[in-house]
Amino acid sequence: MELDARIPSGPLEQKWDTHRNDLKLVSPANKRKYTIICVGTGLAGASASASLAELGYNVLTFCLQDSPRRAHSIAAQGGINAARNYANDGDSVYRLFHDTIKGGDYRSREANVYRLAQVSGSIIDQCVAQGVPFARDYGGMLVTRSFGGAQVSRTFYARGQTGQQLLIGAYSAMMRQVHAGRIKLFPRRELMDLVVIDGAARGIVVRNLITGEMESFAADAVILATGGYTNVFFLSTNAASCNVSAAWKAYRKGAAFANPCYTQIHPTCIPVTGNHQSKLTLMSESLRNDGRVWIPRNQHDTRDPAQIPEADRFYYLEEKYPAFGNLVPRDVASRNAKSQCDAGRGVGQTGLAVYLDLRDAIARDGADSIREKYGNLFDMYERITAENPYEVPMRIYPAPHYAMGGLWVDYDLMSTVPGLFVLGEANFSDHGANRLGASALMQGLADGYFVIPYTIGGYLAGIQPAQTDASHSAFADSVAAASARIDKLLSIRGSRTAADIHRELGLLLWNNCGMSRNEADLEAALRRIPEIRDEFWHNLMVAGSSDDLNQNLERALRVADFLEFAELMVRDALQRRESCGGHFRVESQTPDGEALRDDEHFSYVGAWEFAGDETPPVLHKEPLQFEAIKLAQRSYK
Amino acid sequence: MNFTLRVWRQKSAKARGKFVTYEATDISPDMSFMEMLDVVNERLILISEDPIAFDSDCREGICGTCCLVINGRPHGGKHGTTVCQLHMRSFEDGDTITVEPIRARAFPIVKDLITDRSAFDEIIKSGGYVSVSTGSAPDANAIPVPKPDAELAMDAAACVGCGACVACCKNASAMLFVSAKLAHLSLLPQGKAEWRRRVREMVSAMDKAGFGNCTNEKECELVCPKEIKANNIARMNRQFLISLLTDQ
Repeated sequence: MELDARIPSGPLEQKWDTHRNDLKLVSPANKRKYTIICVGTGLAGASASASLAELGYNVLTFCLQDSPRRAHSIAAQGGINAARNYANDGDSVYRLFHDTIKGGDYRSREANVYRLAQVSGSIIDQCVAQGVPFARDYGGMLVTRSFGGAQVSRTFYARGQTGQQLLIGAYSAMMRQVHAGRIKLFPRRELMDLVVIDGAARGIVVRNLITGEMESFAADAVILATGGYTNVFFLSTNAASCNVSAAWKAYRKGAAFANPCYTQIHPTCIPVTGNHQSKLTLMSESLRNDGRVWIPRNQHDTRDPAQIPEADRFYYLEEKYPAFGNLVPRDVASRNAKSQCDAGRGVGQTGLAVYLDLRDAIARDGADSIREKYGNLFDMYERITAENPYEVPMRIYPAPHYAMGGLWVDYDLMSTVPGLFVLGEANFSDHGANRLGASALMQGLADGYFVIPYTIGGYLAGIQPAQTDASHSAFADSVAAASARIDKLLSIRGSRTAADIHRELGLLLWNNCGMSRNEADLEAALRRIPEIRDEFWHNLMVAGSSDDLNQNLERALRVADFLEFAELMVRDALQRRESCGGHFRVESQTPDGEALRDDEHFSYVGAWEFAGDETPPVLHKEPLQFEAIKLAQRSYK
Repeated sequence: MNFTLRVWRQKSAKARGKFVTYEATDISPDMSFMEMLDVVNERLILISEDPIAFDSDCREGICGTCCLVINGRPHGGKHGTTVCQLHMRSFEDGDTITVEPIRARAFPIVKDLITDRSAFDEIIKSGGYVSVSTGSAPDANAIPVPKPDAELAMDAAACVGCGACVACCKNASAMLFVSAKLAHLSLLPQGKAEWRRRVREMVSAMDKAGFGNCTNEKECELVCPKEIKANNIARMNRQFLISLLTDQ
């Protein structure tokens, strides 16, 4: 396998323009001859489907939800970054680029990130034109707020529902194309396999989740926009159906999987309270604009927070990081919360929580002003915890939230399988080892609205349209393999449910491959995962049948893939014997406990190639070259 | 806590459904309603019974996937709350709880508590958008949007498309859903250009899908988890009339 990122030559600021001018075009009359499959209807998938259909391609769009409007991008709360400098605070394309590279701890590609910063402004224009009701001031102009890892205010927002509003914008643009007949929509379908013919992606096999039937679709190119894999931890902020399966099937068909150990643990989530929880709920990072994070200065201080005087409160982020204070990047905030709790200063019943306190902001700006900004978040907190955050500080703790790792893609967002493009969280491209807040929405929409419409044309212009149809034997092979897997799952009839085994896997990964990682724990996990997988394939119980709607079976299929993927994630964490961003190896830290990179040995993208079920995967390295940015120890002090 | 559940079970769209009783024992008050159903299902799976099929995804009240009718009230009747955010502490120990799917002709039952709400997508498809293609947008600040307008549009845009408004309406009317989308887009300058066509097309798609009419009881406003206001319906009716009278 050859990793060629195909980064255009020339100065950084001109790469994207030059490349767009060089890309081959498909003429308007010919576009309708090409069919493109898009799997996933989150921000990346919906925006790509809409934009490609507007160009005149035939688009087939698939999602596993009952409606494309429900994809998990909808849950993003805080905002979307863009380098518009409306706040006149010195923001620029270069600053957004620089913050993103630094926030990712220098483990992303300069050229991709620069392009992301360049197109960020157009995203805001596009969304406003669609009718996204971003926050405005009384004069009618857009307002912004601050997010972690930046010293400028560049985050646009729609209350605490920014992801929902952006997704509805992209969804409605897509539905306009459904109406125009250029998109055919297939909801409640789950990808079972990617079909590769003569070395190129030529279609997919999906399972109709209502009838259980296998359905085959051929195309000239396939786009995966299937999101991230943090549900591998069982408890995460992701929706119940988020999974790694589509990416994993592509990996098994030859697409390299890059940096699977880069996972983001988000610092501000409602803490775990018991075994019954099916998910953890995020409290937007935007709360850190006005909220102050603290814990009691003394260990095991069980006093009611209101009884703890100012002198006994330890605002550890403000003290340790005076320049960024409560707005340090997520990985830094999470790691500090963990180390304070590990030191016995945690609060709440489990001792695994810190306070996020808006008391001072409420006193300063008034409860009404705070309600206007964060009302829906406060309401959500109160519904879940039965505590009123206007009166009692919120308790928060880190939780798995986002996957920076994903399928490897080149500058054109094409994977190592020709014709297979990967967008949004499902690819690895732009966030390095840690994503900054409000950058996921930016990347998903950049990929879908402003990158793929150009780059996919460059690929399609070089191939003949409609070379295969779904009668090719490769489709039948994929259908047979998927059906056999389902039959096997149904025939085990053991004594544990898929959710139960998933919980066990998740706990293992949380403890051994979570916020801090070390060689011994990773080795132990690598030994334990095959045992859990073995338990799964010998002692699983799946009720019901394969020929109707069976959510229990859907879950089992996803867990089966997580059990394979988990091993790759741990393997990747083992080989990367440095700390960077969200990947913290305890063996590699600065004297004051910050992540210590080893640029000499690890300044590369680790991309794994599938080599068979019985053979270990092969690691390929794409060296990261920095021309515009000088590598430095990250400091937010 | 312990509960007795009466749950609507129906194998498929065409099959005959019925209520089946389950005992939900040893339930934590901190569980959400979905997590309580998860526990019941885990137990059913282990005795090889078909688990109760129900839709839910984000479990934080924003995706709109879950909408169960609990004791006759969509989402359980707690103000401004989706059923995934309804916690068992809201019930009394020993309660009997009836759980049903949305019952509306336009939302046929798929299985158990799951309904087919694609009629909502059909309505959006008919005109629930601003006709602007990627790349043709002007500068985001070129057209000022006064804050009160942006706030009102956002209030309407908060709709999650769960179908609670349809579920509680004796006419199975979708007018709150449709009027919220019309309000969202027509309150913004970007959406004004095509409001006449939009209101006609969307109302026509709504009628075609088999939803009933509004008779102003406003239960929809009461059960909407996003607290969308029924005065949007008045705005829609007004716009619909004007668009008919001023049609060229």
